[in-house]
Amino acid sequence: MRILLLSLLFASTLALPSARADRLTIGVSQYAASLNHLLEASVAQSYLLGMTTRPLTLYDAEWNLVCGVCKRLPSFENGLAQRRPLAGGGMGVAVTYELKPDLAWDDGTPVTAQDFKLAWEIGGDPAVGALVGEGYRRILEVTVVDDHTITFLNDRVTFNYNASAIIPLPAHLEEAIYRQDPGSYATRTLYDTNPAAPGLAFGPYRIVEARAGSELLLERNPHWSGKQPVFDQVKLVTINNTAALEANLLSGAIDMIAGELGIAVPQALAFERRHGADYRVLFRPSLAYEHIDVNLDRPFVADRRVRQALLYAIDRQAIVDRLFGDKQPVAISNLSPLSANHSDDVPHYPYDPEKAAQLLEEAGWRLDGKQRKNAGGDSLVLTIGTTAGDRTRELVQQVLQSQWRAVGVEVRILNAPARTFFGQEVRERDYGDLALFAWFAAPGSVPRTTLRSSEIPTAENGWAGQNYTGYRNPEVDRLIDELEITIDAEARKVLWADLQRIYMTDLPALPLYWRATAFILPKWLGNVRPTGNLSPTTYWIEDWLRN
Amino acid sequence: MLRYLTQRLLESVAVLFLVSAGTYVLLGLMPGDPIDLMISGNPELTIEDAQRLRAVYGLDQPILDRYFGWLGQALRGEFGYSRHFSQPAVSVLGDAVWVTLSVAAPALLLAFAIAIPLGLLAALRGGWLNRGINLAALISLSLPTFWLAIVLIYLFAVELRWLPAGGMGEGLAGRLEHLILPVSVLSLSIAGVFLRFTRAAAAEILGQDYVRTAKAKGVASVGLMLRHVLPNAALPLITLTGLQLGALFSGTVIVEILFRQLGMGRVLYDAVLGNDFNLALVALLLTTAATLLGNLLADLSHAWLDPRIGLR
Repeated sequence: MRILLLSLLFASTLALPSARADRLTIGVSQYAASLNHLLEASVAQSYLLGMTTRPLTLYDAEWNLVCGVCKRLPSFENGLAQRRPLAGGGMGVAVTYELKPDLAWDDGTPVTAQDFKLAWEIGGDPAVGALVGEGYRRILEVTVVDDHTITFLNDRVTFNYNASAIIPLPAHLEEAIYRQDPGSYATRTLYDTNPAAPGLAFGPYRIVEARAGSELLLERNPHWSGKQPVFDQVKLVTINNTAALEANLLSGAIDMIAGELGIAVPQALAFERRHGADYRVLFRPSLAYEHIDVNLDRPFVADRRVRQALLYAIDRQAIVDRLFGDKQPVAISNLSPLSANHSDDVPHYPYDPEKAAQLLEEAGWRLDGKQRKNAGGDSLVLTIGTTAGDRTRELVQQVLQSQWRAVGVEVRILNAPARTFFGQEVRERDYGDLALFAWFAAPGSVPRTTLRSSEIPTAENGWAGQNYTGYRNPEVDRLIDELEITIDAEARKVLWADLQRIYMTDLPALPLYWRATAFILPKWLGNVRPTGNLSPTTYWIEDWLRN
Repeated sequence: MLRYLTQRLLESVAVLFLVSAGTYVLLGLMPGDPIDLMISGNPELTIEDAQRLRAVYGLDQPILDRYFGWLGQALRGEFGYSRHFSQPAVSVLGDAVWVTLSVAAPALLLAFAIAIPLGLLAALRGGWLNRGINLAALISLSLPTFWLAIVLIYLFAVELRWLPAGGMGEGLAGRLEHLILPVSVLSLSIAGVFLRFTRAAAAEILGQDYVRTAKAKGVASVGLMLRHVLPNAALPLITLTGLQLGALFSGTVIVEILFRQLGMGRVLYDAVLGNDFNLALVALLLTTAATLLGNLLADLSHAWLDPRIGLR
C-alpha cells in the first residue's frame, strides 16, 4: 500500500497538462477502420474527413444542398447540367462541376479534376472492393474539361442529379499505387499504410500522427486557402465506453464529446442534469429513423388491422417525453419532419387503446381473460427482437410490452447480439414478428432498398436486399421509380405525400421516433452547428469559435 | 531435457493447429459476415453491392476452402490483413502485445508484491490479522474490475486530478503516469487469488515436521519463511501464474477498454465483434501460445525448484 501511495504521489508531481491551449481534444466512441473514403462508409470516417477533405456537394444544417468544393451548384437553369441521350437508349444527364480555385493538397500540390476522376475510377473498379454508394455507380463517364472543371455523365436523370458526394484522391500519390495492382490497392493505400504522409488532405486540417484504433492528431493544413480554423491542432480520441467517455471529459482529458459518435440521449440528459452548469449539451433530431419492422409473412401481423392496432396501443409521446426528455420527435411517417417533402396528410395514430381494441376485435381477436384469442383458439402472442445490450432499445421494448399487454397482446422479447440480429435474423427475415432498429438515409433519399418489392431478401437471391418486412405493393414500387426520376420539386412533393400516406396506411413498419444526437461541449466552444443529416459538424470546423 | 522440450514443442504445434481450425470454423459459422456489418443500417447499398463485396473478400467460398487458403498463407508467414485496423494483422498484434505486456507484467509483479508478504503473514500470525487479510483477499476477488476501474478513474482523475483517466501517454514519464491506474486495477483484481494460494500453501507447510524442527532450533520467523516456507509455497503459485499468463494476455479487455490501452484484449474484442477473421484468429493463436508457454515455464520451474519432480 505504501508503494501504491508513493507511486501516486510521484505521479501527481509529474502533473502533465491535460491539453495544450491551442488544441481541441474531441472524444469519439468509434475509430474509422480505414482512412480511405472509398474503403469504408462509417460515421467515424466521415467525422474525420470533415476536417481533412470536402466532397463536391453536401447538405448543410438547414438540409439544403450546397457546394463543398464546387464554385456553384450545377442546374439545368445555369447550363451546367444537360440532358443527354444515352448510346444504349434512355436519357442521361451531363453534370459539370467547376472547382473552387486555390484548392491544394497539404503538400502544396493543387487539387485538380484528375483527382476526382481517379476517385471515381478506383471507386468503380470491382477489383478494389470499394464501398461506394449510388453517386459513384450511376456515373457512366467522366470528362476532365480542364484542371478545374469536370463533367460526369450520369445514367439517368434523377431528382438529385446535381448532388455528388465524390471526394478526390491525390492522383500524384495514389494513382501509381492503384495502377500497380488494383486487387491489392485496399491494403496498400497510403491512407492506411502511412496516414500522416503529406499530400493526403486538402481540408483545413491534416493528420500528423495516427495510432490505429486509438488516437489521431491533426494540425492546420498550411495550404488550406479557405477560412482558417481557430485551433492549431485537433485530437480525436477514441473511447468505446460511455462511462469512460464521461470520466475523460470531466477529468479534462478531452474537451468535448462529438454528437455524431458520442453518447445516447438518455445518458446525455443524465449528464446535463449533473453537470449542465459546466457544459453545454445540444440535442439535434437526426435522420436515424427508429422503427419496428413487421414480418409480413407471419400470420398474426399480416393483417393490416393488427398492425394499426399495435401502433394505436403505443403511447409514443409518453415514451419520447419520459425516456428522452422530449428531445426526439415522434415519427408520424417514414420521412423526417425536417425534410421539405414531409407530409402531414397521412393517417395519424395517436395513443388510443380503445381504438386498438376495436381494430383487434374486427380482426377476429377477442379478449378472453387478459389475452386475445381468435376463432381457432390461438392466443395473440408476438415476438419482438432488437440488439441485445442496447440499453435504450431494451427499455423501449419493455414499455412497448407493457402497453401492448394492456390491450391484450402478449409480446415476448427475443434479443440477440448485433451481429446475430442484423447478420442473420433481420437479414434472413428470421426475426419472428417484430424487429426494433433504425435506418439512416440522406435527406430526400428514396427508400428503394427498404420498400421496393424487388429488394426482399430470399434464399434464392442469397438474402440480399433490405426490404426486411417483405412488403409488396405495386403502387409503392411505381412511386419509388417515379420519385427517382422526377425533378420538379412540386411533383416530388405529391409523390412523396402519396408514398407516406400508403406507408402509414399499410404500416409495413411501425414508426417510433427520430433519434437525436447529443453534443456535449465546453462553454467556451461556440458555433458548432449539428446538422442532423449525414454531413458531420466537422465540415464547418473552420467556423467553430473559442468564446 | 531436450527430448522433453521437443515433445512439448510438437504437442504445442498440434494444439495450435487444432485451435486455428476450430477458431476459423467457429468464426465462420457465427451469424453475419463482415459485409452484413458494412451494409446494416445503410440503405444506399444494393443487392449487387453485397454480392460484389462478398466475392472480392472471398466470403462466397466454402469455409473449409477459406481455412486451408489461410493456413497455406500462414505457413508462408502471411497472416492476412486486418480489415478493422487496415493493417497487416501481425503488425496490429505486434504493437498490442507490447501494450499488454506493459500493463500485465507490472500488474503481475505488483500482485506478487502484495499477495506473497500478506499471505505469509496471515499464515504465520493467524488470529485477527489472518481474518483481516482473508477479508481483503475476498474483497479483491469479488470486486468487479469494471466498477473498481470507474471508481478509481473518478477518484484520481476526475476529483483529485492526480492521474490521467486513460490513454497511452507521451514519452516515458507520460507512459508511466498513464500506467498507474490500469496496473493498479489489474493487480488488485488478481492479487486476491495469489494471496489465498500463498496463505493456504504456507499454512500447510508451517505444520510440516521440518518446519517445527527449524523452529525448535531457533530459526527466526523471517529466516524460516524465506528459507523453508517460501520455496515450497512457490510451487502452487508458479502453477497458478502459468495458468494466469494466457488469461492476462487476452483477459485484460475491460481494463484496456476503460483506460484506452490498445492491447491484446481490446484488439481481440474489436476483432471478434467486427468480424475481423484474420486478426481474431492470430490473436487467439497468440493467446494460446502464451498459455502453452506459461505452462511449459511452470513445469520447468517446478523441476528446478523441486528435484523430486522429473521431466517426462
